[in-house]
Amino acid sequence: MKRSWNPGLWWGFVLALVAIVSYPLIFTRYPITRDFPWVTLLLLAIAFFLLATGIARAFQRPDAYCGKVLGSILGVLTVLFVGIFVFAIFYMARQIPASRGAPKVGELAPDFTLPDSQNNAVTLSALLNSPFAPNGSAAPSAASGKTAGAILIFYRGYW
Amino acid sequence: MRSFQKSLPEFDARRIQVVGISVDTPAESQHLRETQGYTFPILSDAKDKVIRRWDLVHSRGGPDGADISRPAEFLIDSSGKILWVNLTEDIRVRVRPEQVLRAFDAAKAHTSAGE
Repeated sequence: MKRSWNPGLWWGFVLALVAIVSYPLIFTRYPITRDFPWVTLLLLAIAFFLLATGIARAFQRPDAYCGKVLGSILGVLTVLFVGIFVFAIFYMARQIPASRGAPKVGELAPDFTLPDSQNNAVTLSALLNSPFAPNGSAAPSAASGKTAGAILIFYRGYW
Repeated sequence: MRSFQKSLPEFDARRIQVVGISVDTPAESQHLRETQGYTFPILSDAKDKVIRRWDLVHSRGGPDGADISRPAEFLIDSSGKILWVNLTEDIRVRVRPEQVLRAFDAAKAHTSAGE
Protein backbone atom coordinates (compact mmCIF):
# COMPACT_ATOMS: atom_id res chain seq x y z
CA MET A 1 0.00 0.00 0.00
CA LYS A 2 1.31 3.42 -0.89
CA ARG A 3 1.70 5.64 2.14
CA SER A 4 -0.02 8.99 1.97
CA TRP A 5 1.80 12.23 2.16
CA ASN A 6 1.63 13.97 5.50
CA PRO A 7 1.02 17.64 4.63
CA GLY A 8 0.29 18.77 8.18
CA LEU A 9 4.03 18.64 8.89
CA TRP A 10 4.85 21.23 6.23
CA TRP A 11 1.80 23.36 7.00
CA GLY A 12 2.71 23.42 10.67
CA PHE A 13 6.34 24.30 10.00
CA VAL A 14 5.53 27.03 7.47
CA LEU A 15 2.81 28.48 9.70
CA ALA A 16 5.26 28.66 12.63
CA LEU A 17 7.74 30.58 10.43
CA VAL A 18 4.98 32.90 9.19
CA ALA A 19 3.90 33.54 12.78
CA ILE A 20 7.44 34.43 13.87
CA VAL A 21 8.27 36.63 10.88
CA SER A 22 4.91 38.40 10.81
CA TYR A 23 5.28 39.62 14.39
CA PRO A 24 8.06 42.17 13.75
CA LEU A 25 6.88 42.90 10.21
CA ILE A 26 3.16 43.39 10.83
CA PHE A 27 1.87 42.90 14.35
CA THR A 28 4.28 45.22 16.18
CA ARG A 29 2.68 48.08 14.22
CA TYR A 30 -0.52 47.81 16.20
CA PRO A 31 -0.46 48.11 20.00
CA ILE A 32 -3.31 45.61 20.32
CA THR A 33 -1.31 42.80 18.66
CA ARG A 34 2.07 44.04 19.91
CA ASP A 35 1.83 44.52 23.66
CA PHE A 36 0.44 41.03 24.12
CA PRO A 37 1.17 39.04 20.93
CA TRP A 38 -2.08 37.08 20.93
CA VAL A 39 -2.34 36.72 17.13
CA THR A 40 1.20 35.38 16.96
CA LEU A 41 0.63 32.96 19.85
CA LEU A 42 -2.62 31.77 18.25
CA LEU A 43 -0.83 31.10 14.95
CA LEU A 44 1.92 29.24 16.82
CA ALA A 45 -0.65 27.13 18.66
CA ILE A 46 -2.26 26.11 15.35
CA ALA A 47 1.21 25.39 13.91
CA PHE A 48 2.07 23.14 16.85
CA PHE A 49 -1.26 21.36 16.57
CA LEU A 50 -0.67 20.62 12.86
CA LEU A 51 2.87 19.44 13.48
CA ALA A 52 1.92 17.35 16.49
CA THR A 53 -0.94 15.59 14.71
CA GLY A 54 1.29 15.03 11.67
CA ILE A 55 4.07 13.54 13.77
CA ALA A 56 1.63 11.44 15.77
CA ARG A 57 0.19 9.99 12.57
CA ALA A 58 3.65 9.24 11.17
CA PHE A 59 4.71 7.32 14.28
CA GLN A 60 1.42 5.65 15.17
CA ARG A 61 0.50 4.56 11.65
CA PRO A 62 3.82 4.32 9.77
CA ASP A 63 2.17 1.93 7.30
CA ALA A 64 -0.29 4.62 6.17
CA TYR A 65 1.63 7.88 6.55
CA CYS A 66 5.14 9.10 5.74
CA GLY A 67 6.97 11.65 7.81
CA LYS A 68 8.82 10.00 10.69
CA VAL A 69 12.16 11.54 9.76
CA LEU A 70 10.79 14.72 8.17
CA GLY A 71 8.37 15.22 11.06
CA SER A 72 11.14 14.85 13.62
CA ILE A 73 13.39 17.34 11.82
CA LEU A 74 10.65 19.91 11.31
CA GLY A 75 9.42 19.41 14.85
CA VAL A 76 12.84 20.05 16.37
CA LEU A 77 13.43 23.07 14.12
CA THR A 78 10.05 24.54 15.01
CA VAL A 79 10.61 24.09 18.75
CA LEU A 80 14.05 25.73 18.35
CA PHE A 81 12.76 28.74 16.36
CA VAL A 82 9.76 29.26 18.60
CA GLY A 83 11.99 28.93 21.66
CA ILE A 84 14.31 31.67 20.39
CA PHE A 85 11.33 33.86 19.49
CA VAL A 86 9.67 33.45 22.90
CA PHE A 87 13.00 34.08 24.65
CA ALA A 88 13.51 37.25 22.61
CA ILE A 89 10.10 38.80 23.12
CA PHE A 90 9.34 37.66 26.68
CA TYR A 91 12.83 37.81 28.20
CA MET A 92 15.29 39.85 26.12
CA ALA A 93 12.76 42.63 25.56
CA ARG A 94 12.55 43.12 29.34
CA GLN A 95 16.30 43.46 29.89
CA ILE A 96 16.32 47.23 30.19
CA PRO A 97 17.68 49.30 33.06
CA ALA A 98 15.33 50.38 35.85
CA SER A 99 16.45 54.04 35.57
CA ARG A 100 15.74 54.80 39.22
CA GLY A 101 17.62 58.08 38.92
CA ALA A 102 15.43 59.41 36.12
CA PRO A 103 13.61 62.70 36.79
CA LYS A 104 10.34 62.13 38.61
CA VAL A 105 6.87 63.60 38.47
CA GLY A 106 6.80 66.97 40.21
CA GLU A 107 10.51 67.61 39.71
CA LEU A 108 11.92 70.18 37.32
CA ALA A 109 13.24 68.62 34.13
CA PRO A 110 17.02 69.10 34.03
CA ASP A 111 17.63 71.61 31.25
CA PHE A 112 19.71 70.67 28.22
CA THR A 113 20.78 71.84 24.79
CA LEU A 114 21.07 69.37 21.93
CA PRO A 115 21.26 69.69 18.14
CA ASP A 116 18.14 68.88 16.13
CA SER A 117 18.29 67.00 12.83
CA GLN A 118 19.18 70.25 11.02
CA ASN A 119 22.04 70.87 13.49
CA ASN A 120 20.24 73.79 15.15
CA ALA A 121 20.85 73.90 18.90
CA VAL A 122 17.59 73.38 20.83
CA THR A 123 17.38 74.24 24.53
CA LEU A 124 14.54 72.69 26.50
CA SER A 125 13.79 75.77 28.65
CA ALA A 126 13.84 78.04 25.58
CA LEU A 127 11.53 75.67 23.73
CA LEU A 128 9.05 75.71 26.62
CA ASN A 129 9.13 79.50 26.80
CA SER A 130 8.73 80.22 23.10
CA PRO A 131 5.48 80.75 21.20
CA PHE A 132 4.02 77.42 20.17
CA ALA A 133 4.98 76.25 16.69
CA PRO A 134 2.56 73.57 15.52
CA ASN A 135 4.57 70.37 15.36
CA GLY A 136 6.32 70.29 12.07
CA SER A 137 5.69 73.81 10.82
CA ALA A 138 8.75 76.04 10.81
CA ALA A 139 7.24 79.33 11.96
CA PRO A 140 4.98 79.91 14.96
CA SER A 141 1.53 80.87 13.78
CA ALA A 142 0.23 84.11 15.22
CA ALA A 143 -2.93 82.55 16.59
CA SER A 144 -1.31 79.65 18.38
CA GLY A 145 -0.16 81.30 21.63
CA LYS A 146 2.29 80.16 24.26
CA THR A 147 3.70 76.66 24.43
CA ALA A 148 1.80 74.65 27.05
CA GLY A 149 4.29 71.83 27.41
CA ALA A 150 6.38 69.19 25.71
CA ILE A 151 6.42 65.44 25.46
CA LEU A 152 10.00 64.15 25.29
CA ILE A 153 10.21 60.75 23.66
CA PHE A 154 13.55 59.06 24.31
CA TYR A 155 13.98 56.12 21.95
CA ARG A 156 16.61 53.53 21.15
CA GLY A 157 17.64 54.87 17.76
CA TYR A 158 19.57 52.85 15.17
CA TRP A 159 16.65 52.67 12.76
CA MET B 1 6.64 57.40 17.21
CA ARG B 2 4.51 56.63 14.19
CA SER B 3 1.44 56.86 16.42
CA PHE B 4 2.57 60.26 17.74
CA GLN B 5 2.97 61.55 14.19
CA LYS B 6 -0.62 60.48 13.48
CA SER B 7 -1.83 62.20 16.65
CA LEU B 8 0.03 65.49 16.07
CA PRO B 9 -3.19 67.51 15.57
CA GLU B 10 -4.23 66.51 19.11
CA PHE B 11 -0.89 67.71 20.50
CA ASP B 12 -1.07 70.90 18.44
CA ALA B 13 -4.56 71.60 19.79
CA ARG B 14 -3.12 71.51 23.32
CA ARG B 15 0.06 73.37 22.27
CA ILE B 16 2.27 70.48 23.35
CA GLN B 17 5.57 70.21 21.50
CA VAL B 18 6.50 66.65 20.53
CA VAL B 19 10.25 65.99 20.67
CA GLY B 20 12.14 62.78 19.91
CA ILE B 21 15.61 62.15 21.40
CA SER B 22 18.11 59.37 20.65
CA VAL B 23 21.83 58.74 20.30
CA ASP B 24 21.54 58.86 16.50
CA THR B 25 23.46 61.65 14.76
CA PRO B 26 21.52 64.62 13.34
CA ALA B 27 21.97 63.16 9.84
CA GLU B 28 20.58 59.78 10.93
CA SER B 29 17.67 61.50 12.66
CA GLN B 30 16.99 63.54 9.55
CA HIS B 31 17.00 60.37 7.48
CA LEU B 32 14.48 58.83 9.88
CA ARG B 33 12.28 61.93 9.71
CA GLU B 34 12.33 61.89 5.92
CA THR B 35 11.72 58.16 5.47
CA GLN B 36 9.02 57.96 8.16
CA GLY B 37 7.45 61.35 7.43
CA TYR B 38 7.98 62.63 10.98
CA THR B 39 7.47 66.38 11.12
CA PHE B 40 8.24 66.93 14.82
CA PRO B 41 11.86 67.70 15.80
CA ILE B 42 14.29 64.94 16.75
CA LEU B 43 17.25 65.86 18.92
CA SER B 44 20.58 64.11 18.73
CA ASP B 45 22.36 63.07 21.93
CA ALA B 46 25.20 61.25 20.19
CA LYS B 47 27.49 61.58 23.23
CA ASP B 48 24.81 60.30 25.70
CA LYS B 49 25.14 63.60 27.59
CA VAL B 50 21.47 64.09 28.45
CA ILE B 51 20.60 60.40 28.44
CA ARG B 52 23.28 59.82 31.09
CA ARG B 53 22.23 62.78 33.21
CA TRP B 54 18.61 61.61 33.10
CA ASP B 55 19.70 58.04 34.03
CA LEU B 56 18.25 56.55 30.85
CA VAL B 57 21.37 54.81 29.53
CA HIS B 58 20.89 51.26 28.34
CA SER B 59 24.48 50.12 28.58
CA ARG B 60 25.67 48.34 25.40
CA GLY B 61 22.07 48.18 24.22
CA GLY B 62 22.86 49.14 20.63
CA PRO B 63 23.33 46.56 17.88
CA ASP B 64 27.06 47.34 17.81
CA GLY B 65 27.38 47.30 21.61
CA ALA B 66 27.17 51.06 22.00
CA ASP B 67 25.33 52.71 24.89
CA ILE B 68 21.88 53.85 23.84
CA SER B 69 18.78 55.31 25.45
CA ARG B 70 16.13 53.08 26.99
CA PRO B 71 12.63 53.96 25.80
CA ALA B 72 11.19 56.67 28.07
CA GLU B 73 8.63 59.44 27.82
CA PHE B 74 8.39 62.63 29.91
CA LEU B 75 5.50 65.08 29.77
CA ILE B 76 6.65 68.53 30.88
CA ASP B 77 4.62 71.69 31.44
CA SER B 78 5.69 75.15 30.30
CA SER B 79 7.47 75.84 33.61
CA GLY B 80 9.65 72.75 33.09
CA LYS B 81 7.87 70.70 35.74
CA ILE B 82 7.43 67.03 34.98
CA LEU B 83 3.74 66.11 34.84
CA TRP B 84 3.94 62.48 33.84
CA VAL B 85 6.62 59.86 33.22
CA ASN B 86 6.54 56.52 31.45
CA LEU B 87 9.45 54.11 31.89
CA THR B 88 8.44 50.92 30.15
CA GLU B 89 9.77 47.62 31.47
CA ASP B 90 9.49 45.98 28.06
CA ILE B 91 10.89 47.48 24.86
CA ARG B 92 7.94 46.05 22.93
CA VAL B 93 5.37 47.85 25.04
CA ARG B 94 5.37 51.53 24.15
CA VAL B 95 3.32 54.44 25.27
CA ARG B 96 0.27 55.35 23.23
CA PRO B 97 -0.40 59.02 22.41
CA GLU B 98 -3.82 58.81 24.09
CA GLN B 99 -2.09 58.08 27.43
CA VAL B 100 -0.04 61.26 27.14
CA LEU B 101 -3.02 63.37 26.11
CA ARG B 102 -5.08 61.98 28.99
CA ALA B 103 -2.25 62.69 31.45
CA PHE B 104 -1.99 66.25 30.16
CA ASP B 105 -5.74 66.86 30.36
CA ALA B 106 -5.85 65.40 33.88
CA ALA B 107 -2.94 67.58 35.06
CA LYS B 108 -4.56 70.64 33.53
CA ALA B 109 -7.92 69.88 35.16
CA HIS B 110 -6.10 69.43 38.48
CA THR B 111 -4.29 72.77 38.12
CA SER B 112 -7.49 74.64 37.22
CA ALA B 113 -9.28 73.12 40.20
CA GLY B 114 -6.52 74.30 42.53
CA GLU B 115 -6.59 77.90 41.32
